Parts: sequence; C-alpha cells; structure tokens
Amino acid sequence: MASLKHPEHLKYSKTDEWVHVEGDQATIGITDYAQDQLGDIVYIELPWDQGASVSHETKFGDIESVKATSELFSPLSGEVVSANQELKDQPELVNDSPYEDGWMLVVKMTNPDEVDSLMSAEEYKAYLQGR
Amino acid sequence: MTAHDTAAITLKRTPLYEQHVALGARIVEFSGWEMPVQYSSILEEHRAVRTHAGLFDVSHMGEFKVDGPDALAFLQHLVPNDVSRLAINQALYTQICLPDGGTIDDLIIYKLEDKHYMLVVNAGNIDKDFAWVEKQAKDFHVQIINQSNTTALLALQGPESQSILQPMTKVDLSTIRYYHCEPGLVNGINCIISRTGYTGEDGFELYCASVDAPKLWNDLLAAGKDHGLLPAGLGARDTLRLEASYCLYGHELDEETNPLEASLGWTVKLNKDEFIGHDALLKAKEQGLKRKLIGIEMVERGVCRGGYPIYEEDQQIGVLTSGAPSPTLNKNIGMGYVEASQAIIGKAVFVDIRGKRVAAQIVALPFYKRPK
Repeated sequence: MASLKHPEHLKYSKTDEWVHVEGDQATIGITDYAQDQLGDIVYIELPWDQGASVSHETKFGDIESVKATSELFSPLSGEVVSANQELKDQPELVNDSPYEDGWMLVVKMTNPDEVDSLMSAEEYKAYLQGR
Repeated sequence: MTAHDTAAITLKRTPLYEQHVALGARIVEFSGWEMPVQYSSILEEHRAVRTHAGLFDVSHMGEFKVDGPDALAFLQHLVPNDVSRLAINQALYTQICLPDGGTIDDLIIYKLEDKHYMLVVNAGNIDKDFAWVEKQAKDFHVQIINQSNTTALLALQGPESQSILQPMTKVDLSTIRYYHCEPGLVNGINCIISRTGYTGEDGFELYCASVDAPKLWNDLLAAGKDHGLLPAGLGARDTLRLEASYCLYGHELDEETNPLEASLGWTVKLNKDEFIGHDALLKAKEQGLKRKLIGIEMVERGVCRGGYPIYEEDQQIGVLTSGAPSPTLNKNIGMGYVEASQAIIGKAVFVDIRGKRVAAQIVALPFYKRPK
C-alpha cells in the first residue's frame, strides 16, 4: 500500500476513480490502487464518442484484466469532450501511468456540485486503509 | 462459532504457502486451497515461461499409488488409454470415465516399477477420484494408497529448465525423454524427475516429500536467478495451458463430457477388450459425436471467457468453456463446444460478451506450439 501513489491535487471516488477539475471540465481515470488490484489490464470499453453522456455513480464502461471483468463508475455527470482512444490498443497504459497516459475521459460537467461529494487524497488513503 | 465450524471452513495450504506470502504473491481460493494466482504480474510470469523459465507450486494436486499383482489389469479396466505400453519410468495421459463415457477426471499415470504405479490427479477431484478408484479396485489384488498429503509437486517450465536443473542433480536430464521420469537426488532431495508439464514448453515436474518442498523451491529459485526464472502462479498457468489448448477439468472436461468430444480420442484405445465406459464411447464414435471442442479467436475487440455463448448469425451453436487474452499471440482466444456440424475451421461466429455480440472465428488447435 505504501508504494501506491495518490496525488494530492486530485479528488477521489469510493469506486476508485480520480478526478482532475479544471474550470467546468473534469478528467477522469482510475487510481493506482485500482490498477494494482486489477493486475494486467487487457481491455477497456469507454464511451468513445464526443457528446456521449455520463452520470454520477453510474456505470460508464468496462475494464478487464487477464482474469477478471470489472465496471467503471462515473464520479460526475456530464458530456464526454474526449475519450483516450490510445486505450483501445494499449490498455496497459492504465497500469503503467494511471494518472497521466492512462487518463480515460474528459467530461464537461453538468452538475459541478458533485465534486464536493468526492474525497481528498488524504480521505482516500484513509478509506483504503479500512478496506 | 465452534472450533469444529472453523475447521470446516478452513482452506488448505500447500507446504509452500509461507514461501508464496514471502514473495508477495496474491493468494486466492482454488478448489478448496489457498494458492498464489500471481507474484508480480500474470503477463510477466507467462512470458518468463515462454522465453526463460517459471516455477509453479502444484502441490495441491493428488497422488495415488496403485500396487499389487493386479495393478496393470486394474488400471487397464479403469482408464481408456493402454497402460500396458508403459515401460518403467514412462508416463501417459488419460481419463477416468463413468460407464456412460463422461469424464470423472483427467490424470497422468506413471509406471514406477513393475506392479507399482502412480496416478496424478486434479486437486479438486482428489476425494472423488480416490473413492471411485478404491471402489473399482475391490475385485482386484491391488492396494490403493492416497499419498496426496505427503507429496509435493513443483513444476519448472520453460526453455531454460534443463540448464537450471542440471547443476542440481547427477541424473543426466538429457536422457529423460518427454513423458518419462527418473528417480534421483536434486540438491540432496529425493525426487521423481518427470519430463512433463502443462504449459506447452519443455520442463520438468518434480515430485518430492512435502517436508522437502521448501528447500527444493528456494534452491530452484536461487539456481534459476541468472536464467530469468520467475515464480509463476495459477493465473499464468491458465493462460499458458490455454495457448497450448490443454483441457482443464471443470471446463473442457466434466462428467457430462466424454474424452472423444474433447478431442482426446488419441488417448482412448477402443481396441482394448474393455474398460469402464468402453461401450458408451464406442457407440458415441459410431453414431457420430454430437458436439466438438473448437478454438475461438476474437476478430473484433473483446475478451471471450468461459460460459459465454457462441452464435452463428442469430442461432446459438455452442458455448465457451475457457477464454482469456493470449500474451504470446496478442489475441483474445478461447475454447468451447459447438454442435458437431458447426465445428468448421474458419467459420465466422459471434461471442456474446455480456449481452453484446462480438465477431470471432473458429480456429485450429493448438493456438501455440513451441518452436522445435
């Protein structure tokens, strides 16, 4: 657990997504803890097209490791501005760089208040300790 | 909760559990055992086996000794393969079948001495197999001994296996042919050194006493360090055997599936006078098999897995029994059963992945064959 990284400037959800808010847009991905739990990621399904909508605490995609399938839940509601198309052929980017090259969606938020219900890095680390 | 309750739900551990924990393995439940699914990464361990070597703890598997004047006659009755062709220190792969031809288990039989055989069975079937074998042996002069609890099994697999193991033993490993074994000392530990495996690579399976397993494990890892040897878990074991298209009991084989459907006809000697399941298998062959094992390769993006239905156009024609990404081929592959008339290589099909029909095709097996 000590070697996993959870940057201070990000917000975190209970379902292990991170959010980077810039104005009315937010970039979303999964945390270092999440990629570590999954193991080698081999497949990701995202809303690939601009304009697709995502909803707070609602499934927006699938992520698969060698042995298991898992679901991705959106921490925010909004409209997809862009999705990381690289993840179609290189899903392992999420393992190698969950906060940078492994980013998943940029979303234009429809309800910015939802950010307040997310955790800080400290709160997320404490949340991980309890699991 | 009483002490009795606790005992009833405790999972079993091999003699190497502490070694796995010390190596940072992720431990999961498998057939009632706590086993390492991976140490570093399934993909890394898989690739290590294909290019260098991997070391697996498969001590959870079962070992029975079959001894006595009727040992050969009994085994000929018990299994479809021809045990009489075994020389001393030779092994064969076969099944134990029900009278209707369904598969109770698949296993390896070693002839260790005249009238002295060892059966190696799947971990999840140890109790079932032992009860069946004992019952079938009633009218034969044989003794069946379950040595599973005192026998450990380590599998060293990959092109570097012989280079790693040779310095540890005086046995000349180059003289042990595939599906043969030799008893000998490995770093002073009594082993049966068997040139067998479940990965599709060259390698050795080492049977030793449970008490010797920790030293053998540690010594092998140390000896293999400069050869790129990695400890490898059940995750990589599954992706490796899938690429080699080896059956896994509970998936490609079960009591409702006969070995002919599983493309194991080469191990079924119908010209033997009799064995349990003989007549049912002969009839199945004469009437034509209803379903056949096939390979699936995904064409569109998606990972196929065991349990997913297989469609041709809008008709379901079968179901997958196993599926995973193939690290060596960089494709998503699977095995499954389809109606015999549909088992055509090259046929375009769809796999239902959680409600979505994704394009795939039927391909020839095996997916991977090691370079000569």
